[in-house]
Amino acid sequence: MANVIKIKKGLDINLKGKASDVLLNGGKSESYAIVPDYYNGIVPKVVAKVGEKVKAGSVLMIDKNRPEIKFVSPVSGEVTAVNRGEKRKVLSVVVKPEAQIEYEDFGKKNVASLKREAVKEAIQLAGMWPFIKQRPYDIVASPADKPRDIFVSAFYSAPLAPNFDFIVKGQEADFQTGLDALAKLTDGKVYVGIRKGSSVSVKGVEVVEVEGPHPAANVGVQINHIKPINKGEVVWTVNPADVIVIGRLFNKGVADFSRLVVITGSETTERGYVKTIAGCTIGSLVDGKIMANNENVRIISGNVLSGTKVMKDDYLGAYDNQITVIPEGDETHDFLGWATPGFGKFSVSHSFPAWLTGKNKEYVIDARIKGGKRAMIMSNEYDRVFPMDIMPEYLLKAIIAFDIDKMENLGIYEVAPEDFALCEFVDTSKIELQKIVRQGLDLLYKEMN
Amino acid sequence: MKALRNYLDKIKPNFEEGGKLAMFRSVFEGFETFLFVPNTTSKSGVHIHDYIDSKRTMTVVILALLPALLFGMYNVGYQHNLAVGADPGFCMTFIFGFLAVLPKIIVSYVVGLGIEFAVAQVKKEEIQEGFLVSGILIPMIVPVDTPLWMIAVATAFAVVFAKEVFGGTGYNVFNVALVTRAFLFFAYPAAMSGDQVFVRTADTFGLGAGQVVDGFSGATPLGQIAIAGKELIGSFQAVDVLGNPISTCDMFLGLIPGSIGETSVLAILIGAVILLFTRIASWKTMTSVFVGGAVMSLIFNMIGTTVAMSVSPLDHLFLGGFAFGAVFMATDPVTSARTETGKYIYGFLVGAMAIIIRALNPGYPEGMMLAILLMNVFAPLIDYYVVEANINRRLKRVIK
Repeated sequence: MANVIKIKKGLDINLKGKASDVLLNGGKSESYAIVPDYYNGIVPKVVAKVGEKVKAGSVLMIDKNRPEIKFVSPVSGEVTAVNRGEKRKVLSVVVKPEAQIEYEDFGKKNVASLKREAVKEAIQLAGMWPFIKQRPYDIVASPADKPRDIFVSAFYSAPLAPNFDFIVKGQEADFQTGLDALAKLTDGKVYVGIRKGSSVSVKGVEVVEVEGPHPAANVGVQINHIKPINKGEVVWTVNPADVIVIGRLFNKGVADFSRLVVITGSETTERGYVKTIAGCTIGSLVDGKIMANNENVRIISGNVLSGTKVMKDDYLGAYDNQITVIPEGDETHDFLGWATPGFGKFSVSHSFPAWLTGKNKEYVIDARIKGGKRAMIMSNEYDRVFPMDIMPEYLLKAIIAFDIDKMENLGIYEVAPEDFALCEFVDTSKIELQKIVRQGLDLLYKEMN
Repeated sequence: MKALRNYLDKIKPNFEEGGKLAMFRSVFEGFETFLFVPNTTSKSGVHIHDYIDSKRTMTVVILALLPALLFGMYNVGYQHNLAVGADPGFCMTFIFGFLAVLPKIIVSYVVGLGIEFAVAQVKKEEIQEGFLVSGILIPMIVPVDTPLWMIAVATAFAVVFAKEVFGGTGYNVFNVALVTRAFLFFAYPAAMSGDQVFVRTADTFGLGAGQVVDGFSGATPLGQIAIAGKELIGSFQAVDVLGNPISTCDMFLGLIPGSIGETSVLAILIGAVILLFTRIASWKTMTSVFVGGAVMSLIFNMIGTTVAMSVSPLDHLFLGGFAFGAVFMATDPVTSARTETGKYIYGFLVGAMAIIIRALNPGYPEGMMLAILLMNVFAPLIDYYVVEANINRRLKRVIK
């Protein structure tokens, strides 16, 4: 029987602009790119030359410190640019695609008959290692580690998030193979968190049913409830959509990075799923789908809580399969907003009448911060949306003070920035909590290694 | 609104770095954000934010304080009328109180906000709204006859030494309004206690002049209890300014002498409902203060060697500043315990300590102020142990 976890704390923000389970046109991108900034914990070293012809699966970039971690071209074509910023920092490696994609041949493999090292090598060669992230630090996993367990959260709960049941439809075999491959990488178990009532069914792994509001699908929350990380332990996590890509590698023998990306948000005209390939431009996904009369929108690669702000010529986030378009809102000047009753404004706080309108009302929320930055004044705000056995306020304070002992004791090794996203949303003091956590994790990683 | 917005946009460049009025930048920003919610959008992290901000929070607290403040104003007039034996009707009674209280509010705001504005400007920070609440609390917890200059001095002391030196709103250890009152209490004891200060017998701006009636005494019930000693056990009866007995019901409704905002438990409870419903104050802190007070008074009732010890728990909770402190002061999120378990402990100790001071120290008829200030000091310690408990529980996981 499956284990069941009930998440009580949390918050579902009912945003306008939900996508239905339909496929939309689009996704043909003029260029594809690897963007090092989307990966944490790596130092990029570009190995491809501008003008070089590559296939889908050819190496473009490696991690300087761990050269076995490779980043490959998602399509075949010509490397057209290596864009660099200040201090020659690599911003992106761009590939112009051919009409017909040619794949590097990695050979079909039967996972069941492979040893751990063979699985590891296959994933690394095909450039899929960066899909595997590790906790502590929430960075690309270190291949030398032996993870205690591997966790996959096979659903999404963030606002307007895609429906994994729809994504996996027709690719169940690849998903299963991907999980089988992951199971080879650990002596422990592979835990798969599944939304209660979901049609996803897998075998050979530990299935955990999860109920409750966001952040129920955050893998960090599930780890904390299933088997928390203690000091010295390492666990790996993989996004469910990326497990499918890994499975495809073994079943078909090619690095096929195609994926479904859901287009959502109040400022879109068409909502649904676009079939594309990782590293495509944002424009190829959203062109013709944003309300024509509204120029002032914010496009987010990912969801509204933990996504990245992007422009149309930027590239899809490496781990993202969602685009959200919301109003920017900076032309709005809310007169005496602190004093007026505030009908139609979403707030968890009962000082706004949002509680009157019930849970089914959909809100359009723009990107304004809606207040000034303050010191932490209110207490118990974060706890209400933070369903882990961790004291968020005290952990954050330890991170700000960079008190390593305190951070370790209070659970820094268990968290990722996304776990603090809801705290940041409800925060009266408008503090950039995810940024604090990310910087803290990076600094701690440097300190420890 | 459009015109106002355009005007602000037009004059804004003057206040920016290098503009001719740059020295008033914080003040301008303060007024701009007062008029319009800032339109800055998020740069990193979450892309959407809850509408709540600290201005809204403070506004709700002020709203919650209004019933007690308005009732306090009326009561100032009411007590004065009793003292001079006049009955000018509801409106004039309220106006008398209003005129007596208003200058205190103005002085407290002008002094406190003036310092806050100046400090914000020097530190090149945004003006913070924390003092909006402290500034209205201060006039509510002083006797009506406190001279304005004393309020000014005490407010300045509290804002500078209890708040700004610690870093401003959110960093203070002590409740700013209570530090103001403690400063007054220890620096000018004659003006803060006794039976001369809680009822205004003179006129206010020429209004309500009259001769004090025979048999008048301005002592508060707690003052009477403190001086009753042990002879009157069993026969003690709190009386109003004319010597008529006060029932528990009178204490609840609040037409008795006392500091301006503290007398009516009913009006305070309306505020409590607002604070608890909006979740701005913690019900854990609030109820534990009352529980702590009740338990402690029951214990003293059992000993019962003085009048102060034999006051019933209900009377203790209704009298003086107990309810006001429990609802508005102990729940200050910055200076109280911040952990959930800590709030129970903190609240309970505030309530218990207040009654201990009342019962055992005849020099301090009211113990609430000192109890809360004392527990402000211990709040971080309580939190420390609650956090340690969490750490230990997490460490035990490894051993299992």
